[in-house]
Amino acid sequence: MGGDLVTPLVMGILLGGLYALIALGLSMVFGVMRLINLAHGDLVILGSYLSYSLLKYLGMDPILSLVITIPILFGLGFLIQQYLMRRAFAISSEAPLIIAFGIALIIQNSVQIQFSPLQVGISTAYSMASFNIGSMQFPVSYLLDFLVALIVMLAFREFLKRTYLGRAITAASQDKKAAQLMGINTGLIYGLAFAIAMISAAIAGTFLGMTFPFTPTSGTQFLIIAFGVVIIGGLGSLLGTFIGGLILGLVQTFSGYFLGSAAQMLFVFLTVLVVLAIRPQGLFGK
Amino acid sequence: MGQEALLEIEKIDVFHGSFQALWDITVEVRKEEMLALIGANTAGKSTLLDTISGLLHPARGKIRFNGQDITQMEPHRIVDLGITQIPEGRRIFPEMTVLANLMIGSYPRRARANSEKNLKTVYQLFPKLKERKSQIAKTLSGGEQQMLVIGRGLMSEPRLMLIDEMSLGLAPIVVNEIFKTLKTIRESGITILFVEQNVRKSIQESDRAYILENGKVALCGTSAELCEEERVKKAYFGI
Repeated sequence: MGGDLVTPLVMGILLGGLYALIALGLSMVFGVMRLINLAHGDLVILGSYLSYSLLKYLGMDPILSLVITIPILFGLGFLIQQYLMRRAFAISSEAPLIIAFGIALIIQNSVQIQFSPLQVGISTAYSMASFNIGSMQFPVSYLLDFLVALIVMLAFREFLKRTYLGRAITAASQDKKAAQLMGINTGLIYGLAFAIAMISAAIAGTFLGMTFPFTPTSGTQFLIIAFGVVIIGGLGSLLGTFIGGLILGLVQTFSGYFLGSAAQMLFVFLTVLVVLAIRPQGLFGK
Repeated sequence: MGQEALLEIEKIDVFHGSFQALWDITVEVRKEEMLALIGANTAGKSTLLDTISGLLHPARGKIRFNGQDITQMEPHRIVDLGITQIPEGRRIFPEMTVLANLMIGSYPRRARANSEKNLKTVYQLFPKLKERKSQIAKTLSGGEQQMLVIGRGLMSEPRLMLIDEMSLGLAPIVVNEIFKTLKTIRESGITILFVEQNVRKSIQESDRAYILENGKVALCGTSAELCEEERVKKAYFGI
């Protein structure tokens, strides 16, 4: 396939959107609470399995199923923060990491018991379709991923800037004591922030499930990609997460184009290492 | 300015872990007064303010605000009742704009309805903040940041403002300017309790003062009374 660079370019951008969407929740929880949520990838995959079940057993369209999966993951996120993480933080700064790891294991194994270790996917008429730019074909699912990622990122940015709750979350992440003195109930705010991050995880899970096949242990692989996105884009910046996702997507597709598919993930991680070495706080990090 | 008590702190003991920071503290803040809390670094002034604000809770004793027991109340509820602390160190939200910082001030539900009106008032008191409203807070000068945190505190419509070590690191001209503005704020009916290390300035600017030493109340009285006190003269004015 001679000098056709448009394919890896478009695919890289669209794929990058999905990576950004997956990483958004990880970035937000770290930005607000300084918590590295090692269970993030598995929570996303939980979202994928929830959507998959609703399609398989109730015939519900995956996008429609968000009406159910979002509240479930929202509530789960709130409970995890309020009843597990809050107590873990009071014990030590490492305890939350261990708890998150534990949650990851519980999710992986529960899902495996329920669904078996075999690969599954969420397939609908439109998720299998493709669209054309000129003479080139691209998967519709990739385009949906990108558009949804963009919408979610913009929605989160507006929420954090324009609503009282969003501003309270931002303030609490910059100076907890000052926020408390402004009348912000930081105990409750952190729970809501985690829950809101899980909204993006639910959405990411559904669209991920429509784009790639997945298994109960897929969460780990996407956690690592999310980490890479957040390291490149910078912790605490939503825009940075989006750009980081795009960069990662493009590195993956272009290295696959020039050097073959085996090289893809190698170059992705090399990029992450380079960013860590040159600019550890990430491109947009604070 | 009346003699009616707004805040009553009664015989409180406060601990930091196992270390006792305050012993048997009794302080009365009267409505619409300008009260100073004076003392050296380790005297316990910030601890007392944090206890009033609910960030710490006394092991013994009571705190009453407008007659209501607030001793074990959570910090956000104390702000809702009308006590706002301007903490030391000019704790702005560094990455947010001046305007965004001010708007956080009106987070308490009771203050949200009047946020536009209160913003106008703050801009009138501190015109520099209006000039710089779109600037990122961490780029402001020390004096401007201090004005910002006071303005932010005003947005919450406090009945009692606690101001911790406002003059640290600021030029005397700026400090005087801010004290003048505090007088205006007090005239609008807000009671002010401020904490300072500078004894002369504190006595000058306040109606009454408490002097804390090593976690205990050492002296209390009006500015005139304190100026006559031998101990104050010797220890602080070097006479």
